[in-house]
Amino acid sequence: MSRDRTSRRLPVIITLIVGLMLTIMPLPDAAAAFRPDWLALLMIFWAMQLPRTWSVGSAWIVGLVLDVSYGSLLGQHALALCLITFATVRFHLLMRVFPLSQLSATVFALLALYQFILLWINGVAGVSAPPVTYWGPVITGTLLWPFMHMFLSGVRYRSQSGS
Amino acid sequence: MVASRGSSSNPARIPALGLRVFLLMLVSIGLMYLDQRENHLDGMRRGISAAVYPVRLAVDAPVRLWRWLGDSTTSRNELELELGRLQAERLLTNARLQRLTALEAENARLRAMLDARPAGRDEVRVAEIMAVDANPYEHNLIIDIGSRDGAYDGQAIVDADGVVGQVIKTGIMTSQAILISDADHALPVEVNRNGLRTIAMGTGEIDRLVLPFLPNNADIRAGDLLVTSGLGGAFPAGYPVAVVDSVTRIPQEPFADVTATPAAALDQVREIMLIWSAPTVSEEDVE
Repeated sequence: MSRDRTSRRLPVIITLIVGLMLTIMPLPDAAAAFRPDWLALLMIFWAMQLPRTWSVGSAWIVGLVLDVSYGSLLGQHALALCLITFATVRFHLLMRVFPLSQLSATVFALLALYQFILLWINGVAGVSAPPVTYWGPVITGTLLWPFMHMFLSGVRYRSQSGS
Repeated sequence: MVASRGSSSNPARIPALGLRVFLLMLVSIGLMYLDQRENHLDGMRRGISAAVYPVRLAVDAPVRLWRWLGDSTTSRNELELELGRLQAERLLTNARLQRLTALEAENARLRAMLDARPAGRDEVRVAEIMAVDANPYEHNLIIDIGSRDGAYDGQAIVDADGVVGQVIKTGIMTSQAILISDADHALPVEVNRNGLRTIAMGTGEIDRLVLPFLPNNADIRAGDLLVTSGLGGAFPAGYPVAVVDSVTRIPQEPFADVTATPAAALDQVREIMLIWSAPTVSEEDVE
């Protein structure tokens, strides 16, 4: 049983590690402002599809790893990621039956919320950050969502039929 | 991992979701509070950063491979050219070095005459930049020297041309460093020409520093070299920082508008040097 559980978790963990690699990969300054929040997108997808295994606790741990790799306040990304995962798990049944366009709009709202929480914590803690690049990751993330959705659905289908 | 493991009869209901989110929020806020106030969480940060280390290596691998390929496939012709250039450069440097030795001896003698403490030599070690931090708001680097190698928070980092930044968070095998161009960084400097002391602050732009605390009548002009004054305690004195490129004096304003270009190529460095300041004789010992 536990072996079965591990084999089902492995694909998700691999996607998360790849997401982390994409997140810390060096990019030119101009492109860095538009780097999508890969891990936020991944957590939204997996929390929507497998809310019993990938829920707020996992999101919190992933967020903590993000905090360390960004060098931000410890707990900042953890809190933001935890909250949007909560919203996703809460509405996962609804989101599963959404058509893709509506789902993308929801993802847009979630990413905007995510960025807003991050920015808000920056403001409260007195960390100076120019707000200009605020919309960059939200827009690229939303544009990427349909492709990620297709790709990850493929991953999920394969991993389940394989085991 | 705090994954849900409730009764699996009804997939729509996740047990105690709200409560768990609430608790995690409290923990996050507590962590942020501790992290902001004091450095209580350095151990935790180090632990997680050690866990992420393989991922960093994996990200860095293609870049290393590319550079290795570039190095190993350079044509013979290019190598010969480079060799010639290096030999000429070495000759020049050697000539300068001879004078430096003489000057150093003279300096030591003069200092001894003045009863001042001797200017020690700094120990230097080359480090490699592993990654540029992903956060576009901050100018941070990850370098491959950590507390294992004796790096410490606040340690100065230079390259061949001048000051690059300083270490801010020491991990076990890697450290995080802040560049002098970061908007949150300030550095005590002095004008090499006349010893005028001031503070150089980062702007968030990689090729620009500002000197916001110079009065309108300060003796500073474009082309002046700024060097570290050593007054902040973190940086040893005398390393070049930046060259002043414009001085605008506005009569109504109390301070002049002075900008400078960093001497180090902040966006091009790959190898940098960490400085262990020489242990200088303390004031009590001199007396």
